[in-house]
Amino acid sequence: MINVAVASGKGGTGKTMVATSLAWTACSEGLEVHYVDCDVEEPNGHIFLKPELESRRQVTSPVPEVDESSCIHCGRCGEICRFSAIVSLGNSVITFPGLCHGCGGCSLVCPVGAITEKGREIGLLESGTAGGIGFTRGTLNIGEVRSPALIREVRSSVRPAGLVIVDSPPGTSCPVVEAVGGADYVVLVTEPTPFGLSDLALAREMVETLGIPYGIVLNRSDICEDGASRIPDREKVGILAEIPFDRGIAETCSSGGIVSKAMPGYREVFSELLAGIMRECEE
Amino acid sequence: MRGMKQLAVLSGKGGTGKTSLVGAFAALAGKSVLADCDVDAADLHLITDPVVRERGEFSGGSRAEIDPELCTACGRCQEVCRFRAVESGPSEDTAAGVRFRVNPIACEGCGVCSWFCGSSAARLHPVVNGTWFRSDTRWGPMVHARLGIAEECSGKLVSLIREKAREAASELGIPLVLIDGSPGTGCPVIASMTGVDLVLLVSEPTLSGLHDLARVSDLAGHFGTRAVVCINRWDINPDITGEIERECRERSLPLAGRIRFDRAVVEAQVAGITVVEYGSTGAAEDIRQVWERTTGYLGFGGRSAGEAG
Amino acid sequence: MKVAVSAKEPALDSPVDSRFGRCPYYVIVETDDMSFESRENPGAGEGSGAGIRAGKLMSDLSVEYVLTGNCGPNAYRTLTAAGIRVIVGCEGTVAEVAGRLASGELTDAEGPNVDSHFGME
Repeated sequence: MINVAVASGKGGTGKTMVATSLAWTACSEGLEVHYVDCDVEEPNGHIFLKPELESRRQVTSPVPEVDESSCIHCGRCGEICRFSAIVSLGNSVITFPGLCHGCGGCSLVCPVGAITEKGREIGLLESGTAGGIGFTRGTLNIGEVRSPALIREVRSSVRPAGLVIVDSPPGTSCPVVEAVGGADYVVLVTEPTPFGLSDLALAREMVETLGIPYGIVLNRSDICEDGASRIPDREKVGILAEIPFDRGIAETCSSGGIVSKAMPGYREVFSELLAGIMRECEE
Repeated sequence: MRGMKQLAVLSGKGGTGKTSLVGAFAALAGKSVLADCDVDAADLHLITDPVVRERGEFSGGSRAEIDPELCTACGRCQEVCRFRAVESGPSEDTAAGVRFRVNPIACEGCGVCSWFCGSSAARLHPVVNGTWFRSDTRWGPMVHARLGIAEECSGKLVSLIREKAREAASELGIPLVLIDGSPGTGCPVIASMTGVDLVLLVSEPTLSGLHDLARVSDLAGHFGTRAVVCINRWDINPDITGEIERECRERSLPLAGRIRFDRAVVEAQVAGITVVEYGSTGAAEDIRQVWERTTGYLGFGGRSAGEAG
Repeated sequence: MKVAVSAKEPALDSPVDSRFGRCPYYVIVETDDMSFESRENPGAGEGSGAGIRAGKLMSDLSVEYVLTGNCGPNAYRTLTAAGIRVIVGCEGTVAEVAGRLASGELTDAEGPNVDSHFGME
């Protein structure tokens, strides 16, 4: 199995465009490929891949439930909790499930076993296929904040076989780390604007901190003069592909078209990009 | 502070143009406090030329560390850790030949390992996750921050920025706070929108944009926050623009306007200034109109700074 | 009555601090004789959970009333679970608002009066 994560510092640079195009290209070249949408706050992959979903289930995060009749009001559960998710007051214990990280400390520490854990729904996990491409996505429930927990579950539900393409959330903080962590290779998609390059630097730092090899795809490469030359240390890391700004791409994506499929002129770009990535992974 | 209005610019989907818009609004408003709440990938400073006046460290949580000199290698920490953050491996330096170590990236700072450690080797330490800045721009103070790489607690850092922005507005008697939000619907976005007077949702005319707009407007509704919508680069797909506007009407979301695709937006960014300072036609003109409508809904001021003279 | 007031300074003539979870001090007044003690707010610099922790402190101190400006939903829930009565919208000095309570001028809050910040106040 090869696990490739597609990420970016800045949102809107074309992660999903690249991830779905790569998935389609890989499939059309006869590879076993599975696309995983880990942008659980705003999943978009289904708009392009149009999967038939075969299974769905709610993912839960454990939260404490206190049996008041057994509780001896020792207060230890409140003491161990770092997140104020369980509070021991004079003669009652209250919980704030939204703040709970699911560490299990309160139930471990209760001397009378009055605390059990029940699952609190945080989001949906769905999977199916999109014309030969395996498809899995997570969708965080509105108002929920535990996206890393959902992303972890989404990733571990995918059978480790073939080429797994993980479409990550934008940014560099913990949800992204959860999506990208453990990948064999990361493709960082960026644009050569000041915002894009600033966020690329952060994304590179993140991937380097995680110790994962990576390459860069420069999207809308010509909207700034000398786009590629603005990327620092570009000799150290490969620029895997440069895709010029093309209003046609914008229009195709806007209506949910997969670029490598709907625009034959770009098939070779994605085929070469895929080959380049596979080569890097073999090393 | 009475009469102060807070506007949060959000989008759900990334890359819709929030930061460019917030910069332009600052220029049009003439005087405001800027709050860059996109702490994960902050960009507003690139077009607002802030001069840092004050900075501080932000500690949003804790992390566990295991002192190898006290560790007896009993492995209890690893047993109780829910987050697989305790790693063990062979070591020549320890009596047991095994060394236990906390992976700082996986550690959530729950402290359970520390509680159950029999030799006080595992301990929690507060962690500096980032730095906040209070700076001056040509329109007033700007509060922004840099979150450490791979850090948690971005929501808390956003809350800190919001609080400092409110303080600055109060201190200086500035009646407007403009908030640049991050993409998504998670904790930093929630922290960006709570207690604001209005949310401006920036959409793009794509199916993704339509989908994400629905989610972020549900989020705003969930918290009872008023929202209006504008569509950026609308001419890339007029059909979907129409769909978005229909969807907005169905959801009773007022429309603040449409902004056309214009290369000047990137050119202004490269020049390090806002779109409305770079030029006055094209997208700049559309942004001006969006601003007029938005301030109308916000119940703020009225005239754009540039128009008065 | 034992009353806690969110305050800017540890004194009876301190102005009330409107933020229950993030104020720097609590001045705990015994309205029978206006004796008082002050406590630093341990969670003043915290992000989430500040209001809950403050509520817990009030419970540990066996406070009967909390007088403050703004109280968010998590703090409100913690205080009411602890059987503490909450009064919001208080302005003036600690002594003034404690006095108003003692003379029966103030009414209990019906609920939290500021938005949910998801644990952040």
